[in-house]
Amino acid sequence: MNIHEYQGKEVLRNYGVKVPNGYVAYSVDEAVEAAKKLGSAVSVVKAQIHAGGRGKAGGVKVAKNLDEVRTYADEILGKTLVTHQTGPEGKEVKRLLIEEGCDIQKEYYVGLVLDRATSRVVMMASEEGGTEIEEVAEETPEKIFKEVIDPVVGLSGYQARRLAFNINIPDELIGKAVKFMTGLYQAFVDKDCSIAEINPLVTTGDGEVLALDAKLNFDDNALYRQKDITEFRDLDEEDEKEIEASKYDLSYISLDGNIGCMVNGAGLAMSTMDIIKHYGGDPANFLDVGGGATAEKVTEAFKIILSDANVKGIFVNIFGGIMKCDVIAEGVVEATKQVGLEIPLVVRLEGTNVELGKKILEESGLNITSAGSMADGAEKIVSLVK
Amino acid sequence: MSVFINKDTKVIVQGITGGTAKFHTKQMLEYGTNIVGGVTPKKGGTEVEGVPVFNTVQDAVDKTGANASVIYVPAPFAADAILEAVDAELDLVICITEHIPVMDMVKVKRYMEGKKTRLVGPNCPGVITPEECKIGIMPGYIHKKGHIGVVSRSGTLTYEAVHQLSEAGFGQSTAVGIGGDPVNGTDFIDVLKAFNEDEETEAVIMIGEIGGTAEEEAAEWVKANMNKPVVGFIGGATAPPGKRMGHAGAIISGGKGTADEKIRVMNECGIQVAETPSVMGETMIKVLEENGLVEKCKTH
Repeated sequence: MNIHEYQGKEVLRNYGVKVPNGYVAYSVDEAVEAAKKLGSAVSVVKAQIHAGGRGKAGGVKVAKNLDEVRTYADEILGKTLVTHQTGPEGKEVKRLLIEEGCDIQKEYYVGLVLDRATSRVVMMASEEGGTEIEEVAEETPEKIFKEVIDPVVGLSGYQARRLAFNINIPDELIGKAVKFMTGLYQAFVDKDCSIAEINPLVTTGDGEVLALDAKLNFDDNALYRQKDITEFRDLDEEDEKEIEASKYDLSYISLDGNIGCMVNGAGLAMSTMDIIKHYGGDPANFLDVGGGATAEKVTEAFKIILSDANVKGIFVNIFGGIMKCDVIAEGVVEATKQVGLEIPLVVRLEGTNVELGKKILEESGLNITSAGSMADGAEKIVSLVK
Repeated sequence: MSVFINKDTKVIVQGITGGTAKFHTKQMLEYGTNIVGGVTPKKGGTEVEGVPVFNTVQDAVDKTGANASVIYVPAPFAADAILEAVDAELDLVICITEHIPVMDMVKVKRYMEGKKTRLVGPNCPGVITPEECKIGIMPGYIHKKGHIGVVSRSGTLTYEAVHQLSEAGFGQSTAVGIGGDPVNGTDFIDVLKAFNEDEETEAVIMIGEIGGTAEEEAAEWVKANMNKPVVGFIGGATAPPGKRMGHAGAIISGGKGTADEKIRVMNECGIQVAETPSVMGETMIKVLEENGLVEKCKTH
């Protein structure tokens, strides 16, 4: 799950990680009010969307007085920002962060991620702040320093110090940088983050170490124990069908094509997309109904697929293991009873309770094209939607 | 021979009184798996499918002599269930549970360092040695005894591969699902090593997916060490970057973990990669032909 920058900073504040003072604003008036409260000589108007690259797209402006705050807030609110992370359709700005400006001496990068090779959390730091870390890794990998963290002892003082020295934080600020990094790691672990990226971390003229930006992502599997984080969820930032699917614990991702897919298992669901493409079709979605799905969930899944106006045909590809074929069949029949079915439906069933599943579909009287294998099914649905 | 499990493996089921566990305990018993006990706290003394239930793993091991466990415990309690099994010094723990928080697994992996237990999973279909022992959730009937080793990050893609092999007359020595999580126990290389040393296994199919670099590392290992042919498949060639495709570990981030890159490295290391998931079996047969192994591997 993603959250906004201002929410991330709120989390970090609780862990002693210094961030500039600031307030969220949903309207131009609120933005001006926020700047008044800050009372700083300069304030920064920042678009809050779940994507990076906002500055380049015109979503971050420095205002020297309240009139400028008003002008910039009016300009950015409601604007659709297109960045390298939003896709070509962009994202509409509905919230702003109004923050006090600061006297930046130098920009750095600090980030935490899970390192799959070591099964540990790794802190990365670089003195090339402000640019994308992937770019730094590509062009000057020697400028990225890493510390692998033992979960038993956490980020040790010496590790944070070593990173701070390696990225050339001035000597007099090493103590503050260490406190910053230690707090960031603690937040990462306590809040079940999957990514915590501070880009840039800045040193200021008045001798502070600050997070000028904050990108925190969270492990969806751990949200059940992070109630305060789930309250940060912003549904405006998510796809409507994905929101609906998440209510039923379905793993659904919208795509651009016209063939709806309902599959069990992530690997098979991905491969079903691949094979549809292979036969010249275009998948409308990724959908893994999971192992523990009930007929009710399958019904909802089917309805979500049908709610996509682009969908011209559906391919159900099931290899039952923990998922039983009869449950899928019942769900499909129930969904078509509720919402009807006017487009071609190709079903391939194999695995646990396959005979029972096939029987339910046959007796339903639905117009279903059955497929003997996944290649057969993919070929059939591609030719049916053409 | 086979890898990890055989007809002598004595299995306990952790979380045996849950609905999914009950269903699959029955399926495993019907397959012939030697299930000697189950564990659910506070349900000790009861029975499920005629199998005695114990309060703790240690109790179950002491009373039954079990050497393996399979975990169906819900995600919030699954990491603790793994720790309990490791503490009881079982040889093998197979964790079926999906959606375990990744921080829990980071701690589990650290705890397991230096311990004797092998963990398979989490978020996996389990392990099966056909016609001997099935531990997990895979449909038993698609498997046939034979000489092809199967290792996969995806449950349903494993079934797909096994089904194609069995239909074509090529049985399997053992099929191992290593799971789709970013932090897991047994990895591709562990399983490839075991298949390399296993007398019954003549060739291996390795099924990966987008995300991470486990397939690339395994391919390098194959090139340097494997003396049996390996065939591959990678799911997710058309997956958009930055989106988590169902499995917690299946995500292309920062341009890393793409199917193209994995396939390129695998090809370079001498692994033939099936172009679509429906030709995994065909690709294996082609490679068996090239290596003169068809006769030896054709089982039915």
